[in-house]
Amino acid sequence: MTLIQIAWRNFCHRSLSSILTTLSLSLGVGLVVLVLSIYGVINEAFTRNASVGYNLVVGPKGSPLQLTLNSVFYLSQPIENLPYTEYMEFLPEAERQAIVSRFGGDSELGKRGGRYAPFIGDGFVIPLALGDYFGEFRVVGTTPLFFEKLRHGPTLEQKFTFSEGRAFLDFSEQHSYFEAVVGSRVAKEMNVGIGDEFFPTHGDPTGHGHDLGFTIVGIMDPTGTPNDRAAFVNLEGFYLMDGHAKPLEDETSQSNEELADIKSSEDVGERLAQRDDYRLLSIPAREVTSILIRTGDIMFAPGLQNTINEGIRSQAAAPVGEINKLMALIVGPLKNAILIITLITCFVAAVGILVAIYNSMNDRKRDIAVMRALGARRVTVTTIIIYESLLVAVIGALVGWILAHAAVSAYSGQIEDQTGVQVGFFTTSGNEIWILPLVILLALIAALLPAWSAYRTDVGSNLSA
Amino acid sequence: MLQVTNLVKNFSQPDGGSLKVLDIPNLSIEEGEQLALIGQSGGGKTTLLHLIAGLLTPDEGSIRINGTNLTRLSEQGRDRFRAGTIGYVFQTFNLLPAFTALENVRLGMTFGSGKAEGDRARDLLSRVGLAERANYRPSQLSVGQQQRVAIARSLAGSPRVLLADEPTANVDPVSAENVLNLICDTCREEKVAMLMVTHDLQIASRFQRVEKLSDLNQVGSSTNDS
Repeated sequence: MTLIQIAWRNFCHRSLSSILTTLSLSLGVGLVVLVLSIYGVINEAFTRNASVGYNLVVGPKGSPLQLTLNSVFYLSQPIENLPYTEYMEFLPEAERQAIVSRFGGDSELGKRGGRYAPFIGDGFVIPLALGDYFGEFRVVGTTPLFFEKLRHGPTLEQKFTFSEGRAFLDFSEQHSYFEAVVGSRVAKEMNVGIGDEFFPTHGDPTGHGHDLGFTIVGIMDPTGTPNDRAAFVNLEGFYLMDGHAKPLEDETSQSNEELADIKSSEDVGERLAQRDDYRLLSIPAREVTSILIRTGDIMFAPGLQNTINEGIRSQAAAPVGEINKLMALIVGPLKNAILIITLITCFVAAVGILVAIYNSMNDRKRDIAVMRALGARRVTVTTIIIYESLLVAVIGALVGWILAHAAVSAYSGQIEDQTGVQVGFFTTSGNEIWILPLVILLALIAALLPAWSAYRTDVGSNLSA
Repeated sequence: MLQVTNLVKNFSQPDGGSLKVLDIPNLSIEEGEQLALIGQSGGGKTTLLHLIAGLLTPDEGSIRINGTNLTRLSEQGRDRFRAGTIGYVFQTFNLLPAFTALENVRLGMTFGSGKAEGDRARDLLSRVGLAERANYRPSQLSVGQQQRVAIARSLAGSPRVLLADEPTANVDPVSAENVLNLICDTCREEKVAMLMVTHDLQIASRFQRVEKLSDLNQVGSSTNDS
C-alpha cells in the first residue's frame, strides 16, 4: 500500500469528521471561485460594452466617467448638452454645407471644414440625444449611421442585426421621422413588436409623456451590449418632440399639437415631406448630448482626444480607459475586499482541518505506534498525516470549484440576459489557477501541528497503553 | 540469531532519579529456535521486547540480530531493520481499524520492502484460515480471528525474529490453543526464531526452551513494566 492509500483509508475511516471538514473548506473555496467568476463577468461585461466600435465619446465638460456611463452604458444622467455646431466641427466642409442647406443656420458654418474633421478621415461621427425614457429604458435619439457603422462582438466585426424589421430611416413615407428600433431586452420586457407605437416620457421613467409617438420598425437581435436595453429613435423625430428644441428668441417652432395632428393624418408623409425644409429644427435650435467617434486611423484618436480636451466647451473620453479606471478604482477594491473575506473563510476552514486532525491524534496515537512497530519511520507517519490534510484540501478545493461553477453555469442564462456575457461550466478566471496551490499551502500549514504530534508519538508508552 | 549482552535499561522517575528495570547479562536464541520467557506482570517482559525490537534504546549493552548490533543503529536504521527483520505480535492485537484484514497484513510489508505483495498477504491469511475474511475490517472479526490476522501481519515482512507479547492473553482457551499452534507452526515452517513472553505456565510448557525473566534479570522484581 502506498502512503497516500493509507491516508485515504484514514480519511474514509473518520468519514463524518472528514466530510464536514472537507465541506467547510469546499464552501470557502466555492465562495472564492464565485467572487472571482462574478468579478470576471462584471469585468468582461463592462469591457466588452465599452468596446462597441468607437474610440471616443465626446460630450460637455465634466466627469469623463459620467459621460461614458450615460452615453455608452445608458446609465447615469447626461451632464448637459452640446450645441449642434460642436458636432459639425467633426464633419468636412461638404457635409457641413449640406446640413446648413437642409436645416438652416449661419451660412458661414458651411464655408469651412470642421476643426476636428481631419482627425476623422475614413471614420465616423454619430450624434446622440438622450433624456427620454420608454418605460425604464433609455430613448436614444440618433441617426441611421448608428446601425450602419457600429460593430459589436469580441472582434468588433458583427453588424447589428434584427430579429424583426429593419433600422429606421432618415425619413420614411409611412412614419415620417417617427420610426424607432428597440433593443432585444426592451422588446421582451416592454412586450412590444413591429408596428407598435410608444410615447417617450421626458426626463425620467415617470416623467410626463410626449404627445408624439414613435412606431417600432425594427427589433435588434441580442448583442450583449447596453444597446439591448435602449430604444433608438430618429434624431429628427427626437428634436420635434416638445421641450427638445433649444429655446431661441427669433425662432418660431411648430407646436406639438399641430405636429401630432399632422402625424395622425392619413397623408402624414406627404404633409411632412412638404414641410421638411422648415419644420425640422434649425442648427441653432439643435443640441446633442454626446458624439460617438471613430477615427479612420486609430493612431489619431489620442491626438484628437487631447485637442478636444484642450478646448473649453467639450471633452473626449475613451470608454475603455474610463471603464478600466472604474474597475481599478471601485470594482477592483470591492472585489479585493470580498476576496479577503472569502479567503478568511478558507483560512477558518483550514483551522477546521487542523482541529479535526489534531483532535483525532489522541485516538490515533496507538495506531501510529503500531505502524512504527511495523517498521514505519517517524517521517513516514508524519507524511501520512500531511497526506490526510492534503486530501481534505484537494477534495475540498475540487468540490468547491465544481459547486461554484455549477452555480454559475446554472445561472448562465440569466447572466447572459443581464450582461451579454456567455459563461459555461468551464469558464474560468485567470486567478482561479492560484486557488489550489493556496489551499494546499493552507492545508500544509494546518497539518504541521498534527504532523508534529505524530512525529513525537512515543511508541513504547502507546503500545503498552 | 539473537544475542543480548549486558543489557541495562533505566527509566527516569518524576523525582528526577532513575529506576533500573532490566539488567540482563546474557540471552541468546538460535535460528528457528522457540523460547518462552515467563515472568510476572510488571517484570519488564514488554520492555525487553521493545528493546529487542528497537522501539526503545538500552542504556548499556548490545543487542545483535543476525550479526547486526541494533544499539549502534540510528532510529531510522532501527526502523528499517525492524521492518525487514523483526515481526511483532501484540497482546491486544493492535490491528488498525481503518484497514481490512488483508490491508493490515499488507501494511506489515509496506513499511519493510515498500512493496505490498498481495499474493503473500493472501497466502498468509490462508495459512491462518482467514482467506474468506480478507476484506473484513477488524471490528467485523472475532477476537480469535483478529489475533490470527495479527500473526499473519507479523510474518508479512518475512522476519527472521518474531517477538510475541502474551498473544494468547486476550483469547479464550480454545482460541489460545489455536493461536499458539499457529504461531509455533508458522515460525517452524519459516525458520523464524521466536521469543514469546507470557505469564501463563501452561502456555510456556508447550515450548522446548523456557526461561524465567527473574533468572535472567539481575534487577529485583519490584520494578514496574513500562
